[in-house]
Amino acid sequence: MEFKILLTSAAFVALSALGASAQGDATLAVEGETILTSAAAPAFADNLDTVYSGWLFRKLETRALQMDDFDNPAFVFVDQGIDLFEKVDGSEGKACASCHEDVEDFAGLRPSMPRVEDGTLVTMENLVNDCRTERMGAEPWKYTGGKMTAVTALIGLQSRGMTVDVAVDGNAAPFFERGKELYYQRVGQLDMSCSNCHEDNYGTMIRADHLSQGQINGFPTYRLKNAKLNSAHARFKGCMKNIRATPFKVGGDEFKALELYLASRGNGLSVETPSVRN
Amino acid sequence: MAKGVKPRVKVPKTAAAGEVITIKTLISHKMESGVRKDGDGNVIPRSIINRFVADFNGQNVIDVTLQPAISTNPYFQFDAMVPEAGEFKFTWYDDDGSVYETSKKIKIA
Repeated sequence: MEFKILLTSAAFVALSALGASAQGDATLAVEGETILTSAAAPAFADNLDTVYSGWLFRKLETRALQMDDFDNPAFVFVDQGIDLFEKVDGSEGKACASCHEDVEDFAGLRPSMPRVEDGTLVTMENLVNDCRTERMGAEPWKYTGGKMTAVTALIGLQSRGMTVDVAVDGNAAPFFERGKELYYQRVGQLDMSCSNCHEDNYGTMIRADHLSQGQINGFPTYRLKNAKLNSAHARFKGCMKNIRATPFKVGGDEFKALELYLASRGNGLSVETPSVRN
Repeated sequence: MAKGVKPRVKVPKTAAAGEVITIKTLISHKMESGVRKDGDGNVIPRSIINRFVADFNGQNVIDVTLQPAISTNPYFQFDAMVPEAGEFKFTWYDDDGSVYETSKKIKIA
């Protein structure tokens, strides 16, 4: 009996994934440039054959918003990011642009993040705040705050369309294992793990919401729900609250390891930063 | 004075004479409605864009009155016929008296 249920749900997943792509035009072309929204799953993602961008799971209107940079509301915040990038702050009298003259030089950074440097796992937010405290003599920004997401979106945008390729071996291996453990760990009052929704049931509806694979290739992402850019860690926090668990600290070791694991599950997808979701 | 106000406009660079083109405009503005209260119970004064105007070569294309219920970062999309080469001029009027302007040239191809 149990086997039968499993079979049916597997068939449903396959069908609904197809259904997602059958909904009108399923090619994501941003400003005329085609972006891959599905790819063969990386070898270490045991229970996935294909990885799908969250874009495919959204309604046509939401998808359309991401296809034009003018319609994409995230660009209001990217514009703020450009201003922040050039704004002098801190005791050293420097702006980001003082050292990083051309923001386009960051092309290729986003697909490899988070990564291990000197034995520590660092995220884009860590890099930004390290620069602010050590080289600019400025106060660090709030990890999931508006200024931070504006600048990380601007930096991520430079790599849009590039293939996500996060290192999971060597120095990164222990963080990858930790992230994987957290991904499959049931927590909270509802006793659910990430995998229960995003691996076992993606493509189905959880009440009114269409479950995606939980890929983070489009973060920071503009959510219609709160009309601002959302960082990956803020999203993790939201997910944990939904399953009535006590969220880990944003920017903490747990979420960073989880970010590495999730990013690596999307190896092969394209960077969509800044994406639009609901 | 509202902070961080920035107009953005998208107009095709070229059009055929007599062609109808789509114009998209967005201005980042907080559009404070004037009915919200702050933490101490004081009313936050109204601060919105109250009028938006688009002109083509001095001829009016669209003139909009905006009301407080319009949400943040007002977006307008409209069609206009382009009879000749020229310049679109866009103007937003703020409650505080500020006027934000931007313009886009269009060629006939």
